[in-house]
Amino acid sequence: MAKKELQVSAIENGTVIDHIPADKLFDVINVLGLAKVENAMTLGINLKSTKLGRKAIIKIWDKFLEDDEVNKLALVAPSAKINIIRDYDVVEKKMVKVPEKVEGIVKCMNPKCITNHEKVRTKFAVVNASPIVLKCHYCEKLTDQNHMEMI
Amino acid sequence: MNTHSLVSIEDYTKEEILEVLKLASEFEANPNQRLLEGKVVASLFFEPSTRTRLSFETAINRLGGRIIGFTDASSSSVTKGETLKDTIKMVDNYADLIVMRHPVEGAARYASEVAVHPILNAGDGANQHPSQTMLDLYSIYKTQGTLENLDICMVGDLKYGRTVHSLLQAMSHFHPTFHFVAPESLQMPEAYKLHLKELNIPYYEHTELDEVIAKADILYMTRVQRERFADPLEYEKVKNVYILRNAMLANAKDNMRILHPLPRVNEIDVDVDENPKAYYFEQARNGVYARQAIICKALGLK
Repeated sequence: MAKKELQVSAIENGTVIDHIPADKLFDVINVLGLAKVENAMTLGINLKSTKLGRKAIIKIWDKFLEDDEVNKLALVAPSAKINIIRDYDVVEKKMVKVPEKVEGIVKCMNPKCITNHEKVRTKFAVVNASPIVLKCHYCEKLTDQNHMEMI
Repeated sequence: MNTHSLVSIEDYTKEEILEVLKLASEFEANPNQRLLEGKVVASLFFEPSTRTRLSFETAINRLGGRIIGFTDASSSSVTKGETLKDTIKMVDNYADLIVMRHPVEGAARYASEVAVHPILNAGDGANQHPSQTMLDLYSIYKTQGTLENLDICMVGDLKYGRTVHSLLQAMSHFHPTFHFVAPESLQMPEAYKLHLKELNIPYYEHTELDEVIAKADILYMTRVQRERFADPLEYEKVKNVYILRNAMLANAKDNMRILHPLPRVNEIDVDVDENPKAYYFEQARNGVYARQAIICKALGLK
């Protein structure tokens, strides 16, 4: 049987982030700081997906995501699946887990919060995992999934 | 970050709350104790708040401390564009303790991470005002003889009122029953009701003030603040909904006391002032003792 043609070509070694909701691709790039990474990367967007309708995919050559990087994904694309590839084979699947603390990634939605007035690194405790609700360490106000904005 | 700051009422455990209340009663019995002799306390009011500032400064003076600082941001280098971080760093070099009031929420928490010396939050925007909460607790403790198993009735602006939110958090340690009386647009936010549900603390929501007065041990009145409303018409609609008058107190329990963080506008009629259940002026005096206790705890003096 002929192998099904991939919509985004396979990589030899690296990380594949699959099942990203199509409208979250740029948030994922942002949260993982991929714009600053020099590795070769292929991005696919608006690909067909039975689960998500339209999905996005990121394949990064020769980069293996660490657990804390994987957990950052929970904030923007909890449905994402991470595969670690070596020699064209999936050698490890990583699960996205919501972290207990979120630092320096998300903006506090309270316009009167000190983090929106001075150069202060944001810090939140995760008070609810699904849907994600964050409590600001400084102003103590909640930021929910619908109002989450990445820095 | 130093561990002796008081930024949020949640920084105190139940045991620490009780410890500070005990200290406050010692200061009430003997207010002039020169425990701050030779110490300098900074009093930084980035926005004016005469009542809170005078209360803190009285507490510092009765303890024999010296005060430096400013009473509003226009007389500080904030007008030159200095950041909060730099102002705190500078003052931290001079003083042993910093009392600060700031319009931005989370300002005091940030300052406590920047400073070596303890920070006492005298109000950060609509967020926290823990010394107010401690004086409320002290007033409840003094008038009821306990904090346990009380019926606390909160009236007025329960949506934006930070004093009721902090009091709710602090009283949650002591098995209370809450009654909330507020107009539709100013009800207790969902987050606080969820917090109570998680702790199995009963609460009841009412729209009529009359029906709860007989149940209350503490009637905590608050002002509906004009500045909270974008639409002046909305304010006009709700400002006069709950006014407490002396005639309404006929069926109140003997031990019931009326509290109000002050200033009041018209939500408590002046004819209540002569009723022995009116406690709001004594409540303000308790603020000095509560703040003496908070200062001493922050500096480890007692």
